[in-house]
Amino acid sequence: MAAHRRSTDDPVWAKVLIIGLVLLFLGLVLVLPLAAVFAEALRKGLQPALEAISNPDALAAVKLTLLTAAITVPFNVVFGLCAAWAVAKHDFPGKSLLITLIDLPFSVSPVVAGLIYVLVFGLQGWFGERLIDHDIKIIFAVPGIVLATIFVTFPFIARELIPLMQEQGVSEEEAAVSMGASGLYTFWRVTAPNVRWGLLYGVLLCNARAMGEFGAVSVVSGHIRGLTNTMPLHVEILYNEYDFVGAFAVAALLCLLAIVTLVLKTALEVAQPAVRGRSGH
Amino acid sequence: MTISIRSVEKKFGRYPALNKVGLEIADGELLALLGPSGSGKTTLLRVIAGLEFPDAGQVLFHDQDVTFASAAARRVGFVFQQYALFKHMTVAKNIAFGLDVRKGKDKPSKVEITRRVDELLRLVELEGLGGRYPSQLSGGQRQRVALSRALAVQPSVLLLDEPFGALDATVRKSLRKELRRVHDATGVTTIFVTHDQEEALDLADRVAILNQGVIEQVGTPEQVHDHPVSPFVCGFVGESNRFEGVVSGGRFTSGSVFLPATGLADGPAVAFARPHDFSLDGSGFEVRVNRVHIQGALAHVDAETADGRRIDVVTSRDQAEHFTGTVRLAARKAHVFPA
Repeated sequence: MAAHRRSTDDPVWAKVLIIGLVLLFLGLVLVLPLAAVFAEALRKGLQPALEAISNPDALAAVKLTLLTAAITVPFNVVFGLCAAWAVAKHDFPGKSLLITLIDLPFSVSPVVAGLIYVLVFGLQGWFGERLIDHDIKIIFAVPGIVLATIFVTFPFIARELIPLMQEQGVSEEEAAVSMGASGLYTFWRVTAPNVRWGLLYGVLLCNARAMGEFGAVSVVSGHIRGLTNTMPLHVEILYNEYDFVGAFAVAALLCLLAIVTLVLKTALEVAQPAVRGRSGH
Repeated sequence: MTISIRSVEKKFGRYPALNKVGLEIADGELLALLGPSGSGKTTLLRVIAGLEFPDAGQVLFHDQDVTFASAAARRVGFVFQQYALFKHMTVAKNIAFGLDVRKGKDKPSKVEITRRVDELLRLVELEGLGGRYPSQLSGGQRQRVALSRALAVQPSVLLLDEPFGALDATVRKSLRKELRRVHDATGVTTIFVTHDQEEALDLADRVAILNQGVIEQVGTPEQVHDHPVSPFVCGFVGESNRFEGVVSGGRFTSGSVFLPATGLADGPAVAFARPHDFSLDGSGFEVRVNRVHIQGALAHVDAETADGRRIDVVTSRDQAEHFTGTVRLAARKAHVFPA
């Protein structure tokens, strides 16, 4: 090691100290709680944990969570691509207002986000009576949960793509257009391939948050078991009923879903090493 | 393709990038737009390309008004400063892009496209590299790919924005020759933007010199170098010594320095004298020689007047030995402009 010391190298004790601190912190804050979730779930053995998961209410919660993510993520892919494309590649009046609006869900408490929808679509809300007249249920039903989740997760993909697209500039698009490509063709053949890794990363973050969102969904859901309970809400209910094994088993399943998405991301990157780094990620 | 630019104006916010610019470009010409950064040269190129639209004025291609036509409709080939190659496509796919996007009967067959790509790769001496990705190429090779991609659509005019800006000196020189060769082989009207006067003078048939959104002079490399029409052109093109002083009786004086100014009206003036226009002359003004350094066949002399003004002189190598101690200099000619 001494043979290749560089001027920017820190002393050995500093390296050990810094790396040690990081590992300690990660262990305490990330690994330990994660391990605790699985340990608690399996405290009475595998059988009770599996039973808690295969309970019809739990299965309904899993289904609803997956359904919510399956609607939210594609919606936000489209919205995020459009917003990032508009912001990064074009100039128009009101652009900075749009950027601020995209950040709104990050700055607003999720509970407030939920309440907004109750105020707008709830029984006493602006459209409440008209919705009842047409027999449309949004609050305390699946549409409300999906709406609240979309609201909370919509910055993830746009925020991931905007800096990437800005950094890449517009000259590739200009080159394509000058050779006669249409706007849509340019988008699919030039812009989209250049941001695919950023997009994937945004999708994973968006998906993780869509499955895990608690606050906003809690306000609009109504906590009807087997109907409007998502996995995080189901965990809370079981926990409040002192069913710890059940609560931790569902929580462990939620963690597994998150871990699977991370593994998927890594696998995708490893599978296409030639593309890595060329797209700016 | 002849191109006429008629009193084109373009503002960015309140900043005028182009101010009543007029320019005529002949068919098959190789023209350089030369100027410092912020002079409007790139904006003018983008207006010609149809990537930017002027606030006022007209752009004519072959007597046809294309002021607001798209780049594609004008059939321009544009080479971007940072190449703007499509990173995820092979070299061959990049070059074929302009043909691939065509629709219906305009679209050449696959065989035809392959033949055209091979022909272009041969033209820019990149045979066999069609299957590579841009990231696997050197800077000079990427530039060649960008050039052949622009040529693939058989453009009516080829436009290049600082084409050699990101390359090192050796590659620049060889690519310069390459561009000239490609231009002569295809005969396509070509306009390129540069801030490097050597590049412009070396490569172009004519040079248009821009400064603060205005074309100061258009002419052959000899014309702009030997007969500059403004102090800016004189200072920007070629090496020169600049003096501020007065003209009186056909002679420019600035401190102890005097230069010929035949036929000029008396009054304050600014004068430029090229380093190679000075020679030793007993009737000249006195300077002290600080240093002589030899560069190839030439000798560069750093001289200084009694009042501390520095003067660069270039002379032939065999004259170098005479430049020692205090000598007298006279300029064969000078460019003097009323101040």
